[in-house]
Amino acid sequence: MAMKTVINAAGRSVPLEINGKPVVPFKGVGKHKPEGSKYSPPIPTCSDYPDDGNKVVSSLEEALHKCGLRNGMTISTHHHLRDGDLVSNKVFELASSLGVKDLVWFPSASFPCNDSVIQYLEDGTINRIEGSMNGPLGRYVSEGKMKGTAVLRSHGGRVQSIQDGEVRIDIAVLAAPTADSFGNAKGTGGASACGVLGYAKADYLYATKVIVVTDNLVDLPCFPMEIEGNYVDYVVVVDKIGIPEKIVSGTTQITKSPDRLLIAELTASFLEKSGILKDRVTMQAGAGGTSLAIAVFVHEILKNKGWKLKFGFGGSTKYMVKMLEEGQMDFILDAQVFDLDSVKSIENNPNHVPYSVFNAYNYHSKGNLTSMMDIMILGATEIDLNFNGNVVTHSDGYLLHGIGGWQNCLHARNVILSIPLFRDRIPVIVNEVTTLCGPGELIDVIITERGIAINPLRQDLIESVKGSGLPLKTIGELKDEAEKICGIPQKPQFEEEIVAAIKWVDGTVIDVVRKIKTR
Amino acid sequence: MKKSIAIAGNSGPKVRSDCEIVLVLKTEGGINIDLTSKVKVLYGESIKDLVVEVLDFFGVKHADIKINDSGALPFVIAARMESAVKQLISTNLEYLPGFLKENSYTTTRDRFRFSRLYLPGNTPGLMINAGLHSADGIILDLEDSVAPEKKDEARILVRNALRQINFCGAERMVRINQGERGLEDLHFVIPHNVNLVLLPKCESADYIKQVEEVIAAIKMKLNLKNKVFLMPIIESALGIENSFEIARGSENVVAIAIGLEDYTADLGVPRTMDGKESFYARTRLVVAAKAACIQPIDSVFSDVADMEALKQNVLVSKSLGFEGMGCIHPRQVSVIKLGFAPDKTDIEKAKKIVLAFETAKLKGLGVVALGSKMIDPPVVARAQKIIDLAIRLNLISSGWMNEIPPIELKTLK
Repeated sequence: MAMKTVINAAGRSVPLEINGKPVVPFKGVGKHKPEGSKYSPPIPTCSDYPDDGNKVVSSLEEALHKCGLRNGMTISTHHHLRDGDLVSNKVFELASSLGVKDLVWFPSASFPCNDSVIQYLEDGTINRIEGSMNGPLGRYVSEGKMKGTAVLRSHGGRVQSIQDGEVRIDIAVLAAPTADSFGNAKGTGGASACGVLGYAKADYLYATKVIVVTDNLVDLPCFPMEIEGNYVDYVVVVDKIGIPEKIVSGTTQITKSPDRLLIAELTASFLEKSGILKDRVTMQAGAGGTSLAIAVFVHEILKNKGWKLKFGFGGSTKYMVKMLEEGQMDFILDAQVFDLDSVKSIENNPNHVPYSVFNAYNYHSKGNLTSMMDIMILGATEIDLNFNGNVVTHSDGYLLHGIGGWQNCLHARNVILSIPLFRDRIPVIVNEVTTLCGPGELIDVIITERGIAINPLRQDLIESVKGSGLPLKTIGELKDEAEKICGIPQKPQFEEEIVAAIKWVDGTVIDVVRKIKTR
Repeated sequence: MKKSIAIAGNSGPKVRSDCEIVLVLKTEGGINIDLTSKVKVLYGESIKDLVVEVLDFFGVKHADIKINDSGALPFVIAARMESAVKQLISTNLEYLPGFLKENSYTTTRDRFRFSRLYLPGNTPGLMINAGLHSADGIILDLEDSVAPEKKDEARILVRNALRQINFCGAERMVRINQGERGLEDLHFVIPHNVNLVLLPKCESADYIKQVEEVIAAIKMKLNLKNKVFLMPIIESALGIENSFEIARGSENVVAIAIGLEDYTADLGVPRTMDGKESFYARTRLVVAAKAACIQPIDSVFSDVADMEALKQNVLVSKSLGFEGMGCIHPRQVSVIKLGFAPDKTDIEKAKKIVLAFETAKLKGLGVVALGSKMIDPPVVARAQKIIDLAIRLNLISSGWMNEIPPIELKTLK
């Protein structure tokens, strides 16, 4: 089917319609400003709910039935149970057995454990996924096998799409490590503790129907109420919502790779020498092996200098917790928890505060936490000569990752991508990114094991490290160096067919992913 | 009669930047390539082109080739192909990838050899970025880190690595095998600008002479002018007893190292953390080296996770007179370098001595004193060594002299 496309403000050819609904092409950073009111879910009446507040029903199937599950609905789930999630797949297993078709799955992220939904894409239960595509799921979508078109959004973009009504959640099925019979729920306690439930906030506030699924029912009130029961329709008690060892890593480990450690060391050194890292700044780094090592090196610098971070924004790890406990950080604001030390910390340390992406990343919030962050450490699968970044596809054209908070985090004051120059012969710096996820104007520094490239737009940063002894190169020099070692790669071949749309944080379409041409 | 199927290289879930090649020679049907690669979309065509080129170079017209590639760079694929071909065909031809001009430097006998990083000679993934870790030397190892059945293919890989991996200024070293095989190894490395050859399990000056003869023959044949230094490794009681002779075995012996795993095995005692059992051997080796005016180099420290213990180990090593240590992980490099580097007190003292010497020289004075102490020429020389070292290690700037307030000098009558 030929689709009408236009060239958006980032120079990418994008359609005006996706999954039969009109979409807005990317207009530029901060340019799209929708008018009108936020979306509201239908108005409920309290007298429709049990007077004794007990909303427990006998099974998830009964709850779905009572929510009026039918063809074409949008079902949302959160990803706080990470790779140990037993709830999301169950929803579609039940839907499939009930013969329901053409559902839209709207997860806050998917994990390898969710690969089994492929069978429900195959049997028609699910029309499409609007969320992240990893591993086999990404491959499935890239090969054009999914019926609908995938829509990939950032964590903040997901909240934006819920708030402005672009996505209307019919049923939110929210796994909760602890809940009471009224539906109040939290991320701590029980066998499946995940720490926080921040990603579920927009879902329970805006969904038409909300089901809380728990394996740890406690007496009312479950406190603190991360999910408030007065937004909840039904509570389901099951044996197990998750596999504990897959929900959080017992322990997150810094990378052992000498090359990654070198990147981490260079990053910390850059932060110090450029003056970006100093007393009373704010920082966010992820939970990847390199990021953890950066946290360790930064911690050393803070200790040596007697500096303190005002706060760090999680995903929290034991390395951040250590900074908090040893006095090099005043607060952790936390959207998700990666290891057991962090779960313990958020339960016990009043300065380790749950903070949802609803507040942190959302385009329709009155202000944005990420633009207040001084130091942002991120990764990418590809960066091009204009500093544009790709995080969803690999250079071979296949969808392999979700956007996560990446796009949202680009709004920080200093955005640093700490990445290897090539991965198993695949150069990271390319002429033009396979898929555009973030415009280069927001990406400030690329740090690789073979040198540091600063975006020419940041002359201030270039000035700040003059004579520092750091291995400064242009991004073109880095690209040439990689190609000298790896060879110049061929380009993947694509069909015309669009298999996924990449949304910018404001809901506009920044790029699309096309079907892989298989030879 | 040679075998009909050749297998070269490595594959498996943990293997990266390598490939496994299965080659079957045919009498008809041309070249058939079955490529499995995680980089097939990006490099599939160029991999096939390279394979065809290598086969053509060796005159192979008909063959079935199965490649299982995990992102091998071209010089690795070429090495694996050549190894496979040479298992089936007798040939003296060598398919040489280009020699990086960045690698054509030479080194000097008295350069620092604090840290020398061992890399297994048949594991290309570890080689690619080895130059980035600022080790004084990088050793491509053909000996103990290579499985016996992989020795032949490691030679070809190491040869290609010498030509294609940027060593980033590190001294280019190869550890050959012991005995006869070691002498054969030389043919694969000497023509490719190796700066230093390590001779494992060395027990006699005689072996040094044999090595020198082979190197001289290769250099003569190819008209090579580059210096090739030697670092014998002493790993037995007999070696220790002969260490002085070995140290003086050739003018190209610039350092002598000790290998404690094999040495303690030879003694029949366990290797301990405090190293009492090897104290004699270590000090004996240091004395032999100093007597022969070469660098004594200590054994590797094998617990790569324990940086604190490594640090302590380096301090002991330095106090015994060693001037360097082997590294088996890049993270050990900076700890070792810092450990062997002069500390602040050393540097301050050296600065005063050198400054006093320079001032006296300017004034045309023959004898120099600092305070009430006379400064002998060797003291000045040692101080100058410390200063040079501190500058090279970025501990002081090269213009340090201008940053110091004048000090009192007193000449002796």
